[in-house]
Amino acid sequence: MKWFYDEDTRLSRVVLLFSDCLRRVFRSQVGWPFWLLPVSFLLIFFFYPLASILLLAGKAAVEAGFQWLAWEKIWSTLWFTVWQAILSTILTLLIGLPGAYVFARYRFWAKRLWGVLVSLPFILPTVVVAAGFNSLLGPRGFVNLILMTSLGLEKPPIQVMNTLSAILLAHVFYNTTIVLRIVGGSWAQLDQRLEQAARSLGATPFRVFWEVTLPLLRPAILSAVLLVFLFDFTSFGVILLLGGARFATLEVEIYIQALHMLNLPLAGLLSAIQLLCTLLITWFYSRLNRRREVPVMPRVLDEYVRTPRGLRQHLMVGGILVILGLLLITPLVALGIRSFTRLEAARGERGEVNTGWTLTYYRELFINRRGSLFYVPPIEAVRNSLNYASLTVVISLGLGLLAAVALNRQKSKTHNHLSEFQGVLYGGTDRLNHSRIFLPLGELFLMLPLGASAVTLGLGFLVAFNRLPLDVRTFPFLIPVAHSLVALPFVVRTLQPVLASIPPVLRNAAAVLGASPWHVWKEIDLPIVFRAMVSSGVFAFTISMGEFGATTFLARPEYPTLPVAIYRFLSQPGALNYGQALAMATLLMLICAVGIFVIERLRLPGGEGL
Amino acid sequence: MLAVQEIFKHYEGCPLLKGVSFEVAEGETLCLLGTSGSGKSTLLRIIAGLEQAELGRVLWNGEDLAHIPVHRRHFGLMFQDYALFPHRTVEQNVAFGLRMQGLSVVEIQQRVKEMLEKVNMLSFAKRRVTDLSGGEQQRVALARALAPRPRLLMLDEPLGALDRALRTQLIAELRYLLRESKIPAIYVTHDQDEAFEIADRVALLHNGKIVQSGTPAEVYTNPASIWVAEFLGLSNLMLGKVLSLCPLQVKTDFGCWEVGCKAPEGLQIGDRLAILLRPWGASVQTEPGTENVLSGKVVDVVFRGEGYRLVLQCGEVKFQFYCEKPLGVGEMIRLYIPPESVICLNEPSI
Repeated sequence: MKWFYDEDTRLSRVVLLFSDCLRRVFRSQVGWPFWLLPVSFLLIFFFYPLASILLLAGKAAVEAGFQWLAWEKIWSTLWFTVWQAILSTILTLLIGLPGAYVFARYRFWAKRLWGVLVSLPFILPTVVVAAGFNSLLGPRGFVNLILMTSLGLEKPPIQVMNTLSAILLAHVFYNTTIVLRIVGGSWAQLDQRLEQAARSLGATPFRVFWEVTLPLLRPAILSAVLLVFLFDFTSFGVILLLGGARFATLEVEIYIQALHMLNLPLAGLLSAIQLLCTLLITWFYSRLNRRREVPVMPRVLDEYVRTPRGLRQHLMVGGILVILGLLLITPLVALGIRSFTRLEAARGERGEVNTGWTLTYYRELFINRRGSLFYVPPIEAVRNSLNYASLTVVISLGLGLLAAVALNRQKSKTHNHLSEFQGVLYGGTDRLNHSRIFLPLGELFLMLPLGASAVTLGLGFLVAFNRLPLDVRTFPFLIPVAHSLVALPFVVRTLQPVLASIPPVLRNAAAVLGASPWHVWKEIDLPIVFRAMVSSGVFAFTISMGEFGATTFLARPEYPTLPVAIYRFLSQPGALNYGQALAMATLLMLICAVGIFVIERLRLPGGEGL
Repeated sequence: MLAVQEIFKHYEGCPLLKGVSFEVAEGETLCLLGTSGSGKSTLLRIIAGLEQAELGRVLWNGEDLAHIPVHRRHFGLMFQDYALFPHRTVEQNVAFGLRMQGLSVVEIQQRVKEMLEKVNMLSFAKRRVTDLSGGEQQRVALARALAPRPRLLMLDEPLGALDRALRTQLIAELRYLLRESKIPAIYVTHDQDEAFEIADRVALLHNGKIVQSGTPAEVYTNPASIWVAEFLGLSNLMLGKVLSLCPLQVKTDFGCWEVGCKAPEGLQIGDRLAILLRPWGASVQTEPGTENVLSGKVVDVVFRGEGYRLVLQCGEVKFQFYCEKPLGVGEMIRLYIPPESVICLNEPSI
């Protein structure tokens, strides 16, 4: 029996050792065990697919050499991607800056509601935006149908779809919110006494703006510009759905090459270029943000907000709001109304057309028609999307929380006297420097998925996971995994500052009062972080509900998600298909609207909402 | 009860505590007095178990606490900024420690009510702690620390953030509560008035060591070093040479002084010695005579309630005394300080 006994003690010793390790981890300020899960998740599902793409691209480049015909295509695509992004950014700024001013400085009717409404576009899925513009300005859209019936025209008079204008319009629609939020927030914080001082020193209003306001706003404007440019540069759904076949950005070209031309190596090469560009922009952005400081003391909320006085101010505020409303709200309203109205004959229908309100498009969602696009009733797509979104919330919130705790522990470690002293004792200050270098590295590591576009992610999955057990074709969990990768940086960015804002003395106080480390976490950290968790969870949910780029690569025909279904309906002829697309887009819009409403309600005063 | 032995600790590479030892007896309130940055708070954190000392031990009834984590030490600690949980009400804050002990809901309710009554905060029970004023927060923090009946209570500058009037009121309440609860306490402050009012015993922390400890009266009447004297606001110091040992006489730049206390052991004629003139008990001298007399010009007279504080300029140096009657500014006077108001400081370094 001696061997058994020995075995037993060895086992119990291992168990003891393990539990001792766990206890040490909890009690000390060590961060690395919390890294384990997030890091392995990123390694497997982000860096491995990325490496696969790069490998593929490298092979393609080497094999083709430099005389390759495709280089020309790559260059022209890149060129188009860049200049449409620049143009879109300038237009966004032209609309956004006056809007930011009005929001920062004036009080007007239903301002809070306006705030939520103009924030809505940012969170809306591209398919919804495309459907919105389609229902307003498309050949079957409101404006055209009304013009056609009233003027008796045969063809739709406004041909915006499939032009550059449609792309630019949608980009402005999308990103104006960013300018409103970042620049508007900075503007509201700006100490107005500085402007008043300049006025009293004899400067004209224009000189004040040029020499005081603008320079103080510059960091915020630059930051907004870079972010808008990044989003325009990586735009996929908008261009695919509104631009048509003539316009291809890098993202669209990757999609076309991979899924239509089945030219994976070229798609890989395009992805590599895309990745390089976005990383460059992201790096620039984060550098800028690190230096971006509030130029003056933060002011009391709404301190400088006033009601417009006189005709000129009323006209200006009203005019800007009307423009914002026309641009940001009418497409969404049009989408909602159009999904309930019947304005043209269904396919095969003859004679008098019944126009007016209808619920047909919604009713059709529950019917599995022979010869329809899917093998299941379209409403199944809603269920799939909800399932994927719930999983995304679980994955991204779990990993995000771990990563936020890890980041935080590392941060507090640099301020911990004990380890500082140990640093001095054991090998000079190397340890300190080490953790100071490692911290930004960890942050960068977590934020990298932000730089990779969704289409690149989808392609990466397609290239990397083509064998069991992780096969794109048989493993539906890859979709929520991809969505979690998109959501993770946002989740970490929301949670980490909140965790960091908890004064360590609160945890100390709880411990002294007899709370074990687990209780401290449960009683102090968790309740304080809870709001942030709900809001980042909702955000992850809406991201997953609307995600289109990666999902087009991964969704199987019998398990479509909402955006994929909308896309397919939109690209099919027939009034019924069109109507169903709008009905689903309206549903999706409502889900996202509820989401952003929840987030807005939970947003702590003073927190930045992006 | 509590014994702290030879604690060493560095802070940002510099030595902070260099062998601190002291004890706290049953029911005693010990006041740790020292300038800010002297390591008082760190010492408390080490006793509480929030930080580890590099060397030295913390003992409770002879048992080494090194391996007992914070939450099992049953020590109460009241933090400098109170560290009330902002997401909890007053009541929930006080109940926290009791819940951690696993008491029943009824017991918790009872004890919370009792504690809030004691600090006169019962009507605030349902309030959010973020809505409270500084003094109210202080009371809640005290109730929270006392509620779980800690074996030892530590208070880290509990009145530091409050204004003067509130401090005088609260310190009286605190004194009463500490006496009544009979819990041994360590009270950390940089304010000697506060320390003298609340302490059974004070311990002065300087340069990482306890430089003197004793009852407030002992420390005040016999400061052990120049630093202690100056820290306690006793600034009438002068250096001189020993003229005779019995009686102890010292010759300084300001004349010859007979010292009321006994000469320290090992002192020899000709040694250098620091003496201190107490501000009380001086009288204006009209007769001639130079021993124990300080002559100078009155440069400032301030009414201080119980008397007048006058500042005497003697050459380059200023001295402060208290007297019952005001003197005219600009007057040249001679002050007689009796030998019992002159003490010598045992400063080995000079």
